[in-house]
Amino acid sequence: MSKVLLQVEDLHSFFFTRKGVVKAVDGISFHVNEGETFGIVGESGCGKTVTGLSILRLLPEPAGQIVGGKIILDGTNLLELDKKEMRTYRGRVISMILQDPMTSLNPVYTIGNQIAETVRLHQGLRDEKVDEEVISALRLLDIPSPEVVMGDYPFQLSGGMRQRVVGAIAMSCHPRLLIADEPTTALDATIQAQYIALFKDVQKKTNVSIIFITHDFGVVSNMCHRVAVMYAGKILETATTREIFKEPKHPYTSALMESVPHLGQKSGRLYSIKGQPPSLRDLPPGCRFFPRCPVAEDICQQQEPAEVEISEGHFVSCWKVK
Amino acid sequence: MDTTKVIDWDKVGRDAQQKRIFTQLTFIIPVAVLFVMVILAIFAPLLAPYPYDQIAMSDRLMAPFFMDGGSTSHILGTDNMGRDILSRLIYGAQISLSVAVMVIAITAGIGTALGIVSGYIGGRTDAFLMRITDISLAFPAILIAILLAATIGPGYWTVVIALSFLGWAPYARLIRGEALKLREADFVAQARIIGTSPMRVMIRHIFPNIINPLIIMVTLSVGMVILTEAILSYLGAGIPAPAASWGNMVNDGRTYIDTAWWISFFPGAAIGLVVLAGNFLGDWLRDKLDPRLRQI
Repeated sequence: MSKVLLQVEDLHSFFFTRKGVVKAVDGISFHVNEGETFGIVGESGCGKTVTGLSILRLLPEPAGQIVGGKIILDGTNLLELDKKEMRTYRGRVISMILQDPMTSLNPVYTIGNQIAETVRLHQGLRDEKVDEEVISALRLLDIPSPEVVMGDYPFQLSGGMRQRVVGAIAMSCHPRLLIADEPTTALDATIQAQYIALFKDVQKKTNVSIIFITHDFGVVSNMCHRVAVMYAGKILETATTREIFKEPKHPYTSALMESVPHLGQKSGRLYSIKGQPPSLRDLPPGCRFFPRCPVAEDICQQQEPAEVEISEGHFVSCWKVK
Repeated sequence: MDTTKVIDWDKVGRDAQQKRIFTQLTFIIPVAVLFVMVILAIFAPLLAPYPYDQIAMSDRLMAPFFMDGGSTSHILGTDNMGRDILSRLIYGAQISLSVAVMVIAITAGIGTALGIVSGYIGGRTDAFLMRITDISLAFPAILIAILLAATIGPGYWTVVIALSFLGWAPYARLIRGEALKLREADFVAQARIIGTSPMRVMIRHIFPNIINPLIIMVTLSVGMVILTEAILSYLGAGIPAPAASWGNMVNDGRTYIDTAWWISFFPGAAIGLVVLAGNFLGDWLRDKLDPRLRQI
């Protein structure tokens, strides 16, 4: 069995706004093994990105705060580090790729310069060595003629190429954990497939663990070893990708699966889940999915279900699943 | 009735061409004016025909060469003490421009630093710095400058300090707004993700991206600073005689305005020319650098 790299325990990240407390992440636990890709799936606004930012401790302060839980990376609780120590983790041990490659590069610096920034920050290398590292990072992301691209400015590259550069920045210091926040959403379908293949390749070469945040089950089935399904700040179900697809236990997961169109499917209206996710400011008592759940009973409305391990590594929070 | 209008494409092309030439002129002319002024200021001792403080009572109130009683020995005439107007004008450029450079360097420096810190750090720091900025903007700048000049005595440095004392506030305002926008930019988030310290984010990622508005603001304030310096000198709170500053030259000519208009006119025209050049250049730069206003 592979070693656990990251263990998140009962994480609570809230936003304190004028209109009230937004419970964006409300008590989630999961772990990520070494060399594994762990998917977090959910609708927009369910707390996926906030989970990612919490691990890096980069919530937009002072509104966003981690109010409880533990984030243990290789034996160290990240929440106990001071600001300076935390900075040495960012980019070196944990890295992140943002969604939109068009805006996540600084327009005034060349590609080489931006990758070199990370390398200089964490590795303290001399100039010639820095260039070598930059080129090897670009090579790792399969960017053609890295020596030329190094001197280019972001506006000279296409979207797909920019997202690779963002990946190269993230991978330049050989991090152990990479958080990818919907890195393929802003790309078109063919580039998406390339990008995912590329990441599998990068993972094979570097054994980096990846937390892959997405709302796309297609991407999940392609990329992830295990998946957590998030809904309104909670994880409802965690299992291996194979199991989630074969035997989704939680009614929300099954409903999600049904709302994905399949190739060769008879035409007709696509299934959709009735209703809207609850407001994170004003959560219903009991199960969060209750108001939209097709199989709900009285108990679902009154009490929140606990997380149960129904088979090895398969966790579900639902009263109906025993 | 035929309602279709025939479009004369040749005319459209000619109009566009004329417009283009016009916009180019609004760049070339102000740059030329400012360039000439800078050359005059730097090489004043070589270019000026007389020392700026050479008094010749026998030649006093001599008219410019193109008027009756004028001579080519004093092309722009002389003032009430017989000093050569052209020479004083050239030396005056030195004072006016160096005051402008000093004041802008100080105000833009302080304003930019405070603006970036305020906008990027936000929260209480921002609230505190912006209230100070508001207070600075609420003071009547000229009165404060006169007060300062009265307390520490008139002189070159008094003018610089007086103009810098409140001048940083508009910069802080503008830059803070820009920094506030950039703080939310993805590339700033990216910089934080790779572990960049706040200081470094501000210097390396925020600052280079606010240079455009900063340049525009600097050019636009060239005119303002020169004008204010002139006002102070005119009021006697600026550069004291016998040093030549355009402002105190205008003041010198005040009592002779109906007999010897040239004493005030030429320095006044110089002030107007430089201020206009600065404003035109600033507007041109704004059109060029601000993508929201950029024309195809």
